[in-house]
Amino acid sequence: MSQSDTQRAYSSSSLVNPDAWQAVCSQEDLVSNSGVVVWLDGAQVALFYLPAAEGKTLYAVDNHDPQSGANVIGRGLIGSIKGDLVIASPLYKQHFRLEDGSCLEYPQQRLRVWPVRLNAGLVEVAVA
Amino acid sequence: MNSNVATLNKMQTLIVIGNGMVGHHCVEQLIERGALEHYRLHVFSEEPMRAYDRVHLSEYFAGRDAESLALSDVSLYQTPGVTLHLGVPVLEIDRVRRQVVTAQGGVTYDKLVLATGSYPFVPPIEGAEGESRLVYRTLEDLDAIRAAAANARRGVVVGGGLLGLEAANALKSLGLEAHVVEFAPRLMPVQLDDLGGQALKAQIERLGVGVHLSRATQSISAGEQYRYRMNFANDECLETDLIVFSAGIRAQDALARQCALQIGPRGGVVIDDTCLSCDPNIYAIGECASWNGSLFGLVAPGYQMARSVAARLCNEVAEPFTGADMSTKLKLLGVDVGSIGDAHGNTPGARSYQFIDETSASYRRLVVDASGKHVLGAVLVGDNSYYDTLLQYMQNGIALPAEPASLILPSSEGAPTLGPGALPESATVCSCHNVTKGSICSAIDSGCTDLGQLKSQTKACTGCGGCAGLLKQVFEHELIARGVSVDKSLCEHFAYTRQELYALVRVEGVITFDELLAKHGRGHTGCDVCKPAVGSILASCWNQPIMDTSLVPLQDTNDTFMANMQKNGTYSVVPRIAGGEITADKLIAIGVVAKKYDLYTKITGGQRIDLFGAQLHQLPDIWSELIEAGFETGHAYGKSTRTVKSCVGSTWCRYGVQDSVKMALTLEDRYKGLRSPHKLKFAVSGCTRECAEAQSKDVGVIATEKGWNLYVAGNGGMRPRHAELFATDLDDATLIRYIDRFLMFYIRTADKLQRTSVWRESLEGGLDYLKDVIINDSLGLGEELESQMQLVVNRYECEWANALKDPEKLKRFRTFVNDQRPDPDIHFVQERGQRRPIMASELHLIPVIEEIA
Repeated sequence: MSQSDTQRAYSSSSLVNPDAWQAVCSQEDLVSNSGVVVWLDGAQVALFYLPAAEGKTLYAVDNHDPQSGANVIGRGLIGSIKGDLVIASPLYKQHFRLEDGSCLEYPQQRLRVWPVRLNAGLVEVAVA
Repeated sequence: MNSNVATLNKMQTLIVIGNGMVGHHCVEQLIERGALEHYRLHVFSEEPMRAYDRVHLSEYFAGRDAESLALSDVSLYQTPGVTLHLGVPVLEIDRVRRQVVTAQGGVTYDKLVLATGSYPFVPPIEGAEGESRLVYRTLEDLDAIRAAAANARRGVVVGGGLLGLEAANALKSLGLEAHVVEFAPRLMPVQLDDLGGQALKAQIERLGVGVHLSRATQSISAGEQYRYRMNFANDECLETDLIVFSAGIRAQDALARQCALQIGPRGGVVIDDTCLSCDPNIYAIGECASWNGSLFGLVAPGYQMARSVAARLCNEVAEPFTGADMSTKLKLLGVDVGSIGDAHGNTPGARSYQFIDETSASYRRLVVDASGKHVLGAVLVGDNSYYDTLLQYMQNGIALPAEPASLILPSSEGAPTLGPGALPESATVCSCHNVTKGSICSAIDSGCTDLGQLKSQTKACTGCGGCAGLLKQVFEHELIARGVSVDKSLCEHFAYTRQELYALVRVEGVITFDELLAKHGRGHTGCDVCKPAVGSILASCWNQPIMDTSLVPLQDTNDTFMANMQKNGTYSVVPRIAGGEITADKLIAIGVVAKKYDLYTKITGGQRIDLFGAQLHQLPDIWSELIEAGFETGHAYGKSTRTVKSCVGSTWCRYGVQDSVKMALTLEDRYKGLRSPHKLKFAVSGCTRECAEAQSKDVGVIATEKGWNLYVAGNGGMRPRHAELFATDLDDATLIRYIDRFLMFYIRTADKLQRTSVWRESLEGGLDYLKDVIINDSLGLGEELESQMQLVVNRYECEWANALKDPEKLKRFRTFVNDQRPDPDIHFVQERGQRRPIMASELHLIPVIEEIA
């Protein structure tokens, strides 16, 4: 309970130190309702963009798939399962919540998530 | 802090020795029943890996890795209060001091459970050592067999029982010529009778495995043609490069003997009905236990004992162990074998019905009691579809029908199968986890409406998996009986089947996913089930380029990037080589591309060339070079037409009667790019010799003197099915008309991811109905189906050519949108002159580049 609250607070951009934001690419680089990947100081961050969504429209999660060991999450399929927005890994099809990176099928798998925002045509990721 | 110590002091110590399937099940059951409130649990295993599935051991050779054979997540053994000691053999049990002794010292116990299993028995034979004395029991044994097989041509298994035949299968899958040597005059002497053994022998010999019965190996010496020579009692001999012994098991009771527990007449720790040994603090379960003088070498009775002991240790009411049903159903070397109850008819007064089919080497025997009212046992060879029904008759004492023989006669005779409704509540559906029909019903009554959920709640079908079919039948029957409609919805976003969605798309002219979701679905997003399914329906109906903006987010990664993702995240690329015909220039062009991008190349089963190891950002460059050389996409990534295989036909072959290559080119050109519920494979043979293997394809065409014979709904793969002869001596135009109609009718009425074979088997009215619809146009759909196909054909466009013209579409083909570098985590190693992905165990081979300051 408390752990998921922490996660949510962490990924909500309002609580991020203003100096932590780092521009990673432009809004034009995003693909609607799908994913692209950016290189961020040695990390691979998958960005998913849902321009028509009611709440958040942009999510940043780790591109590394813990099950296969391959960097493929950014090439997965977005969906919603029981109200949660999820990304399905393209190799073994397990689902991760975009909000906090938790896995629906295997609790021990978890993707790192980053706070992310659109700012004047740029995509910015907060680096802790 | 102090209170913690206090609780700890009250805790007792429970030790389980052995972490095989039964020991593991006991641990699982203990944890589930709350044992950790009273006990600290220590588990000792001499094997280095935690419990794994020995029932499916042979899949290790078929490519399954050790980790995927593991029986549980590693987290189970990380539960606080549980300590797993892997690779730590127990050396001694001190019953007086209640201590187990390992090389690392002693651990005191309050209660002890022996689950040490068994070991393979190797008869003392002169000269049996090293690779002429292999066994088949643990993953380490399998590694030893694999190593020995590397330089071998022929392998022999000593022992024609269940495990021996499994081992023979393993040798065969390692590419060896396999032989089985059995001491008894028949195979599987415990489970089968004479005729059953003969039928099994005939089937196995047809698979190319040598069977040598009534042979006692006396010694092993050096061979002439092969490494070893096995000398039999009757002066015969057999040469071989390796020998695997599978001549029965012996209880692993060394520790029990050392600490002077009572041992049974055939070995094993003597236990009573509560699985207690002669020491009131020591239990024994599984293959190391001897109950009533018998050992139980199957997993189900072992699980039964494990459950009983776990319940007792948790002060629950435990079911006593009073023997076990040794009925078993297996697939050995691909041959169905089943044995139920009193298979030999040993019960006084027992009578038998037998069915023998020598053409297919099938055999079935039904043993009934003296009154002729109840099943006592059965033997099945060649077809286990009778097993579930017969087992239920026996286990539940269900009264036999008037004609008992009908239970084993071929099912086309209309045998009365026992429907799930006829089973009593007490009927065991899953014998591994002892799940009855009653417990399935109560799970349903308490709200379970999902098969996956049912399995995790009741554990049914999570042991050997043999009850999968029966479980599904019972589940659906009970749901329907409760007035719950069985949910055939595609997913949570669409309460329709694929067929219904297809009709909606077609009738209402829906062209986007969003439109369909808004009109007929729920939510705004969809999921990875409905998006590709709808994407495929839209493509089948309207055939718009799949890279169009509204379609991209629907596709699985393979369709999105128009290439096949492999295990390390790289892609393979397959250009279309229609009919398998290719010019020297085009071959060279493929070679040039493969060389330039260092791609691993392999010829596919569909007569084309697969190029592996391309990274995302390389795909557009690779494809522009391939398109420049005259290639187009092969759709190997889509649920769509793949290939039309062909032989050279009358052009070159002295037997050919039609130009099969030309017909293959016509068909491939017509149906390329056609998207369907599942992949489609075609073949055209130029004569009845059938070199193109058309009868294993969704659509097969075989030339005749007068035209073409059409076969439909065959496939290879996991469950091969021969295509059925659909129409004969067709001219070119009629052939194509029938194929148009057949494919479009399939696309219209099949379920998602259903191949033509399964679809055809599910059609009510069968092949005759299909002929009626396609040939006689009984539904009046003929023209409509043809014009729908024509639309798809007219709209064909190479998806890669389309994508390369559009910079917007190419944007996606970047490994990183903000950086030029390739994925730094992708590594290859060289093997046989090409590169392949590095394996986890080889990561140390990656050169470490040291920074020079």
